[in-house]
Amino acid sequence: MEIGLTHYLTVAAMLFTIGIFGIFLNRKNVITILMSVELILLSVNINFVAFSSYLHDMAGQVFTMFILTVAAAEAAIGLAILVVYYRNRGTIAVEDIHLMKG
Amino acid sequence: MIYTLCFYLFAIITVLSAFMVISSRNPVHSVLYLILAFFNSAGLFVLLGAEFIAMIMVIVYVGAVAVLFMFVVMMLDIDFSELRRGFQKYLLIGGLIGLVLLAELALVGMGWGLGGPVTTDPATAIPALGTVTNTAALGSLLYTRYIFLFQMAGMILLVAMIGAIVLTHRKRPGVKKQNINKQVMRRRHEAYEIVKVKPGQGLG
Repeated sequence: MEIGLTHYLTVAAMLFTIGIFGIFLNRKNVITILMSVELILLSVNINFVAFSSYLHDMAGQVFTMFILTVAAAEAAIGLAILVVYYRNRGTIAVEDIHLMKG
Repeated sequence: MIYTLCFYLFAIITVLSAFMVISSRNPVHSVLYLILAFFNSAGLFVLLGAEFIAMIMVIVYVGAVAVLFMFVVMMLDIDFSELRRGFQKYLLIGGLIGLVLLAELALVGMGWGLGGPVTTDPATAIPALGTVTNTAALGSLLYTRYIFLFQMAGMILLVAMIGAIVLTHRKRPGVKKQNINKQVMRRRHEAYEIVKVKPGQGLG
């Protein structure tokens, strides 16, 4: 059976769903939530590259680079905030983050 | 044949390890499964003919992001069993939302498939294999057509770096540090003094 675009899109859709599921499943553990966000971005990357390959358009791969940049920046900032929060509160439970009453 | 085999191998391992990321009990195992998922999706990218993206994926995600996660997981002393309380409570609603989302994505996929083949004439077409490598093609596009976006990406990384340093840097009292300026500016008369001690009296 020929592997087509649909196969890659299916893998990406499954990864995306797993990412969303992970955010709901680990409501308290912010580290796992960040990892789920990374999974979601990975699925978007797979979509971009698959479309780029099957439509013979390079733009998708260029966009993947930018998503990679944003993902790296997001992980760095998120973990930095996490470290500061842990230093102040001694826990990383997301439920307790309501100091600003937002 | 070998392509099909490789695709299913990479795809199945990617999806399974992604599932283990969110469901494993120990966050260190989660990070390790995340690394496995990234490696296998890099394999998928190689299959798609995007070698540069695949290698960047391994370098950036495995080499930087996953190690950063691992570092934070190891550094913070957290009771993770406490954080897993209410796992079952969220399992139902999370699974429900996940199923709805998957169904919607499947509908989108089927609707797109029914629309017939997409015919495009892209301005940034992938050059024929064998004439230009993937890396060269990506570079010649990134540094010409997308140069401003490229510089913006660099700016984002700079802001992220400065932000992370500003957030986590702190002055700790009671820590002795080397002050090179003070050392260099030190003069002889500050370093010692000559005390005339009279015999029989001492310094008193």
